[in-house]
Amino acid sequence: MRRGASSFNIVSVALGLAFLYLPIVILVIYSFNASRLVTVWAGWSLHWYRELLSDDAMLQAAWTSLRIAVLSANAATVLGTLSAIALTRMGGFRGRMLFSGMVYAPLVMPEVITGLSLLLLFVALNVDRGFWTIVIAHTTLTMCFVTVIVQSRLIGFDRSLEEAAMDLGCPPLKTFLTVTLPLIAPAITAGWMLAFSLSLDDLVIASFTTGPGATTLPIRIYSEVRMGVKPEINAVCTIMIAIVSVGTIAASLMAKRGAVRRERAAFGAQV
Amino acid sequence: MNANGKTGGRSWGARAVVLLPYLWMAVFFLAPFAIVLKISLSQTALAQPPYAPVLDLAAGWQGLKDFTERLSLDSYALLASDWIYLLSYLKSLEIAAISTAILLAIGYPVAYGIARCPRSLQPLLVMLVVLPFWTSFLIRIYAWINILQRDGLLNDVLIRLHVIGAPVAWLSSDTAIYIGMVYSYLPFMVLPLYATLEKLDVTLLEAAADLGCPRGRAFWLVTAPLSLPGVAAGVLLCFIPIVGEFVIPDLLGGSETMLIGQTLWTEFFSNRDWPVASAIAVALLGLLIVPIMLYERLQKRQLEGAR
Repeated sequence: MRRGASSFNIVSVALGLAFLYLPIVILVIYSFNASRLVTVWAGWSLHWYRELLSDDAMLQAAWTSLRIAVLSANAATVLGTLSAIALTRMGGFRGRMLFSGMVYAPLVMPEVITGLSLLLLFVALNVDRGFWTIVIAHTTLTMCFVTVIVQSRLIGFDRSLEEAAMDLGCPPLKTFLTVTLPLIAPAITAGWMLAFSLSLDDLVIASFTTGPGATTLPIRIYSEVRMGVKPEINAVCTIMIAIVSVGTIAASLMAKRGAVRRERAAFGAQV
Repeated sequence: MNANGKTGGRSWGARAVVLLPYLWMAVFFLAPFAIVLKISLSQTALAQPPYAPVLDLAAGWQGLKDFTERLSLDSYALLASDWIYLLSYLKSLEIAAISTAILLAIGYPVAYGIARCPRSLQPLLVMLVVLPFWTSFLIRIYAWINILQRDGLLNDVLIRLHVIGAPVAWLSSDTAIYIGMVYSYLPFMVLPLYATLEKLDVTLLEAAADLGCPRGRAFWLVTAPLSLPGVAAGVLLCFIPIVGEFVIPDLLGGSETMLIGQTLWTEFFSNRDWPVASAIAVALLGLLIVPIMLYERLQKRQLEGAR
């Protein structure tokens, strides 16, 4: 597309970004408000953060959510990477249509359907619901997102590198570990982060698949919000936003540094 | 790997690559749908689990026979006879269609604007669009409660500007649902649109300009048709989940109109009517199966079409 943005283009991008960020900025500012009321500004204060630190149930829920997110993101990254390889490097295997159908459907499937069907499966299998059923449910949902991210990276790079390695007698597994894996590593990292944040975020599927004793952070926040606005929630949200922003910026800086280093290495090899 | 595949003799490792995710999805995604379908044909019971009949595999063939004889279409008959459910479906479709139209009207200029910015700036702008998506969905909806509630910021600002005299009830209305939907799904609309607009061949627009086509006309004759795959992807990516959305209408919407996601939730968690909840899920899936298949085709073409 032609470079050179008209004033209309600049205004629409600016308005779009303002729409996306204004509510978040307001929320962050009000988490430091000393007053309980949203409309009354009573000066800066860390009151709600102190309140939050003494809220054991909320901290417990956050810890549960973090553990679920790490475990399910790990499993989803392995399974998602495998299915991306299956879809791009395995040619036509039996049942391929069904497989890609199953992998792409959860991306758009309404969460109430996925949640309900998983719960009914756990009931049918007579499994005790709780921590591990949420981990399984989140793995199932997020592995599909990992698949798509890794897949788009796999079709994007030059296959002759893999072919060259194999022509020179490198066995498939070693080719994968030494050639393919380093090339798709950024996509795998991005996939893990997406799986992690989707799991941390999910309310609907976790509500269906949870059991006694496993309250995740979104379930906790949701029940608080239903009872009315509480400034303490603003503080929880601000902390989560801070973690996510730092994580995303760090990851993109790391990706950039990695790219620079690779370029330098390639340049050095040429010289 | 591929050479092996052609001759048919695959190593065990290669087979495991396919089999592991395949089995996982078959057990945790496909099989549950069969169970939902089965329970939608059952009846509520005061038991644990709260439905009957329960398939007794230990009873063998006789158990299966007893089981199939007691299946019923009662839940579906209830869905068809009670207006609440039909209205709920129609309301969901209406909200989803209008939200998607607003999303397209807002998302297109934003994506177009980003695609026209200097190339060095584009990754940053795309990241800025994606970043809110990484923060919690629940948080973003909650942020709007702060703004839209009766003594919230929007009323405060509007009263100070003398636009309105008395506070307006923004929350618990369709307007609030639309705001929440558009806000939450905007990145899903902008990203696929940007992906197609960014790849657009500039020389086509130059050719149109050289032949005397005005810029506005060139947009409708060249840019708009070529961006249709992006439009289709964005529309499907927003429309399908919005139809089944639960959190946004539950927190921002009113109590008089329930969307189908809320109806399913209530039947399941409040009324503990599992068969009806399952029947609602099956009917919802039936409603969405065509858009979902269209989406899968687009996704396949995009991710596998390279070969």
